[in-house]
Formats: sequence, structure tokens, C-alpha cells
Amino acid sequence: MFLFDQTPPAAAGKTSSPLGRAQAGFRGRIHAIEVTDADCGLHPDELERRLIELGFVEGASVEILHEGMFGRDPIAVRVNHATIALRRREAMAILVT
Amino acid sequence: MSGAGACNCALVGTPNSGKTALFNALTGSRQKVANYPGVTVERKAGALTTPAGLSVKVVDLPGTYSLRARSPDEEVTRDVVLGRLQSEPPPDVILCVADATNLRLSLRLVLELKRVGRPLMLVLNMFDIAKRRGVEIDIARMAAELGVPVVTAIAIRKGGTEEVLRRLDELAADHAHVRQASSWQAPTSTELRAAQREADAIIRSSVKMPVKPDNLTTRLDAVLLHPVAGLIILFVILFVMFQAVFAWAQPLMSTISLGFDWIGAEVHAALPPGLLQSFIEHGVISGVGSVIVFLPQILTLFLFILLLEDLGYMARAAFLMDRIMGGAGLHGRAFIPLLSSFACAIPGIMATRVIDNKRDRLTTILVAPLMTCSARIPVYTLIIGAFIPAHQIWGWANLQGLVMFGLYAAGIFSALGVSFLFKFFFWRDDPSPPFMLELPDYKLPRVKSVALGLYTRAKAFLTRAGTTIFSMMVLIWFLASFPRPPAGAAGPAINYSLAAAIGRFMEPVLKPIGFNWQIDVALVPGMAAREVAVAALGTVYSIQGGNEAAQQIGHVLAGQWSLATALALLAWYIFAPQCASTLAVIRRETGSWKWMAVTFGYMMVLAYVAAFATYHIAVALGAG
Repeated sequence: MFLFDQTPPAAAGKTSSPLGRAQAGFRGRIHAIEVTDADCGLHPDELERRLIELGFVEGASVEILHEGMFGRDPIAVRVNHATIALRRREAMAILVT
Repeated sequence: MSGAGACNCALVGTPNSGKTALFNALTGSRQKVANYPGVTVERKAGALTTPAGLSVKVVDLPGTYSLRARSPDEEVTRDVVLGRLQSEPPPDVILCVADATNLRLSLRLVLELKRVGRPLMLVLNMFDIAKRRGVEIDIARMAAELGVPVVTAIAIRKGGTEEVLRRLDELAADHAHVRQASSWQAPTSTELRAAQREADAIIRSSVKMPVKPDNLTTRLDAVLLHPVAGLIILFVILFVMFQAVFAWAQPLMSTISLGFDWIGAEVHAALPPGLLQSFIEHGVISGVGSVIVFLPQILTLFLFILLLEDLGYMARAAFLMDRIMGGAGLHGRAFIPLLSSFACAIPGIMATRVIDNKRDRLTTILVAPLMTCSARIPVYTLIIGAFIPAHQIWGWANLQGLVMFGLYAAGIFSALGVSFLFKFFFWRDDPSPPFMLELPDYKLPRVKSVALGLYTRAKAFLTRAGTTIFSMMVLIWFLASFPRPPAGAAGPAINYSLAAAIGRFMEPVLKPIGFNWQIDVALVPGMAAREVAVAALGTVYSIQGGNEAAQQIGHVLAGQWSLATALALLAWYIFAPQCASTLAVIRRETGSWKWMAVTFGYMMVLAYVAAFATYHIAVALGAG
């Protein structure tokens, strides 16, 4: 069975900002996954599930390794020990501290 | 267990887990590739015998992060694992394959697979790499916490799968693993999150990652994914690839060509003059030979694609190209299918199944045939060789190679343009779907797996040369030889044949774009496969010209066509939908005649317009 541990966001006091706005070289931890952008071509819940399936969950460490040439997009993100490429628009749903 | 002693085993795993390498190691040569009924997802099945003598049927399922299927490929994985496919027995045992250096996402998948209620085992593949990097895994603890057996494997080493086989026996024999009813349901985001946390907790307690992570991939990526340098390197790789297709393959091609010349001459000498001699010499040997000559070029192209794929570079190329292709309404993931389309549009179109969004997939399918496939190479090479001088320019580039590069570029830019127009007219208002892709660590390609890939491609090409192309050549020879000219007729015999009649029938339509009736005749069987047109031209001109013209088809063309006609034919071949198999695959993959008709229609219009413009501009410039 799955564990349903609903740890409340622990980083009280720290301000979180979307990974989609961070610069290359940024290092931090995921604070929350919140899909707000409705203009994504995917149902928000579906986008959230896909992000989780690629390892973007609260508490995971992230680092922006590389960016594309145009509009510094897409970005390559180290999530714990794997590297995931995604666009900044989707990365807006990943709140990091 | 189903049946007497037979056991069905399904291989499941995330993309890049080395699942196919493990499958190859487990089944060796005892494998069969076919399609699942109704869908074109490749079904790779094989057999093995365990040390205890149990015979096991293994299927290698498409890679996935979850059983929540999002693409046709992943649907197959889900349906086979859940036993929902009529044609496929439900698996008695599931092997979940994971990259031992990258376990997070795989462990979450294992937790999901547990719910399916079938005997399950986790295989930690690439264990040697993990060890070398200093990853320490407490196997017993991981197995206890996951609640499933865990074994290690090194798929690429001899004997590296012994442990898997041994445990497979235990798993099959162990009655504790009696099948339970599946309680699997598509997990919600809350469940996924909880499962990933559980997986992370297991990793924390049973895996010790090295303090210093793998730096080679990071260091390579600093250059290869650099915003500017990365793109330049990508284009240099593509340029080298196309130069290699011409330069490297040449000696082998000359050898093959000489071989066929020799066989033709032997046959000519051995057989009495007449129909049989003409059939064997012109129909069979010069026809099939003129196509087989291109095998070295096609294999060179595939060699590059296979190497880049195994190296882990293809995902990087998608990353680099995403924004550029996005401007044209294509998905970054479309880069891989489109690059494969340089070899052949058919595997390219089938590779679009990794694109989960329907609209993106459709756009990619529609433009894939514009990528210059290897079947165009014979046509291009023939015409370029006959009409474009082999000058060196700028001291290093070859004019012929440059024209070829230009033809490839024309294909690429027209594909981007067409996809932009599709996006504009059909789905301008839809937001574009996300691009998310794992970038695997770089790995040195294995000689064995690349060789296996090349062998499969060579076999497919030669089979085609032996069946489709051969039968088309027989047909062309027949059309070009019958009816025989009346006694005492003047001029070449072919002028009285059915082929000439067909060519003349098409002439009014194709004359405005500079084609003569011999080209028209060659275009008809060219629908079966583009390269057949070359062989057909060879047959038509060799029957027309007699024996002295039999082999040097390029010289004959140079004497018979104007430069404008040659250029118009090149332009035609960039666009023309000259491949019945591609159209059939589009029909199958889109599930509709409509999209097949759309593809055929737009390509035909483009081809005609481009050839028309090329011809008339060339004539105006004095090349007529």
C-alpha cells in the first residue's frame, strides 16, 4: 500500500519562487508543485502527475544545469540524481526555495 | 503457471533503463520482432530456458514511467501487464528493469507494479557502472523494504544475467507468489507523490550515493548543451554525417557496382542473345544491382543514427532543437522521429508514438516524409553524379556534397514550413503541450548492439531489394520489352513498348515540368519505392540504347537530358509522395484515410510547383 504522508510544507518563513524563473546555476529544494497556468495544453492535474512521475516532488533537490539558446528555454534540471529537460512554462508549476 | 511448464514473463522499465540490452542478453538470438495486432507498436518477444529447465517466453515492453498510459506505446505496456490484450497471455512474472545508477523513478514504478498482483522482481541493471561510480546498494534491505525480490545484472557482460535466471526459477516455483487480483488503478497525484516519497525513503535507507556524482556527463553537457556551442556541434555532426554518407561509402559502392558489371558481362557472354539474356541482364542484374549499390550509404547513415542513439545524444538533440522546432509548431521530441526519417520515413513515422500529444504526433507524421530518406539517395546521387561537376570549393567542400546538403536542407526547411502552416490553419488557438524528457547519462555505444542494429537494417533493405524492387524491375522490363516492335521497324525497340505508351500518356501532364517520357515511365514503379526509379531508368535506357549503354546510366542521362530537366527531377524528388509504403503507414498510424490523402495531396502539389519553377527558372538562365 502507498503511504499517505501529508507532510505540510515545512519551509515556513522562506519565500518560494517558480523554478521557471530561476537562472542557470540555481540550486534549491522543491517546496511545492502547484499548477496554476491554465494555458498549458494539459489538464493541470495531468501536468502535476507528469511532473511527479519525472521525480519533481516536494523536498527533492534541484539544480538548473543548462538552458537553451532562445529565451533561455528549455532548461535541463538535475532532480536528485537524474537530469530532466523541460520548458520554463511547465517549470513555473514547480515552486522552489 | 499457464500451460505445461511454460512461463510468460514481461519486461517493464523506465526509458533508458537498459531494458532492451537485458532482453537481448536473456534471449540472445531467440527473438522475434512483430507488431501487436491492430496497432503498429513493435512486439519484441523471445524465449529462454532457466537453469532448472523452465522455458520462459519473454516480451520486451515499451519503456514507461507509469502504467497510466499516455501514448500508444505506453498503452501496450499497460494492457499487456494488466492482461487486457486478447492476443497476449497475462504475464506470470513481471521483471521490472532499472538503471542501478538512477533508481528513483524506477522504484516508484515498482511500487505501482506491486498493485498488479503478479509475481514481480526488480532487476538492477548496469550494476557494474553503479559500482564503478561508487554507488553502494544494500540489496537485501531494498528487497525487504520494497517487498519484492531484487537482483543485479550486467546485461552487456557475458554471464551478467545468471542471477536473474536463477531467481526467475525461484520466483516461478515459489508458491508464496501466487497471483492476486489486480488492485491497480490509475494513481492520483496524491498517490504518486506518496509513492515517490516512499521510494525516496527506501533509497535513503538502502542506497549510498557517492559524494562526487558522475562528472563526465555533466562536463560533456557543459559543452554539448551549451546554448551556442551545443547547436553548432549539432549542426557539425549532421554535416559530417551527410559528408560521410558520400565520402566513406564510395569505395564500397564502386566495388559493388563493378561486381554487378562483371556478373552482367558474364551473363551476357554465357546466354544466347534474345529475350532471356535481356531479362537476366537488364531486368534482373542491372535493375537490382543499381539499387543494392546504395547499401553502403544507407548503412553509413544508420550507423550514425544508432551511435548517436546509444550514446544518449538523441535526447540532447531534442533539447537543443525544441525551441527552434517549436517555432515551426513541432515538438522537441519530434526531432528523433524526424532524424530517423532521414533513413526512412516508415520507422520515423512509427517512432512518433513516443509523442504523447495527438496533435503534435499528427504534425510530425505529416511532415516526416519530407525528410530526405535514404531511398532518395540513389536518385540524388545518380543525377548529381551525372550533372554536377565534382569541384572542390573553398578548398575542402565538394560541390556535389554541397548540392546534396542543399537538397537535405530544402527537405528540412519545407518540413518546418509545412508544419508551421498546419499549425496556423488547423490548430492556431490550441496551446502547445509540454516538453519533458529525461536526459540519460552518456554511455559508450556497444559494438555488439550497433552491429545488431546495422544487421537488421541491412537485412530489411536487402529483403526489399529482393522482393518489392525485384518484382518492380521484372514489371518494368516487361513493360519496356513488350510488345515487340514489328518486323523491319525503325528506331529503338522500346519506342513500340507498353512503357512508351504509358510514358506518352503521362507526357502532357509532366512535360511542363521538363520531364520526358522515360522519366514518366520510371516514376510509376517509383511509387513502390523511390529508388526503383533509378533502376527503372537504367532498364529503360539500357533496353533503348542496347548493350553499350547498359551500365553507365549516368553518362547516358548526361547525354539525353538538359540540366534543367535534371534539376527539375531533383526538385520533384524533394517533395513527391513517391512511396506507397509510407502512405500505407500514415494510413495505419493516423487511423484515417483522410490524413493519408492530405499528405499525398500537399506533397504532390509541392512537388509539381517546385519542379515547374525549377525547370522554368533553369531554362530562363540558359540551362534548357
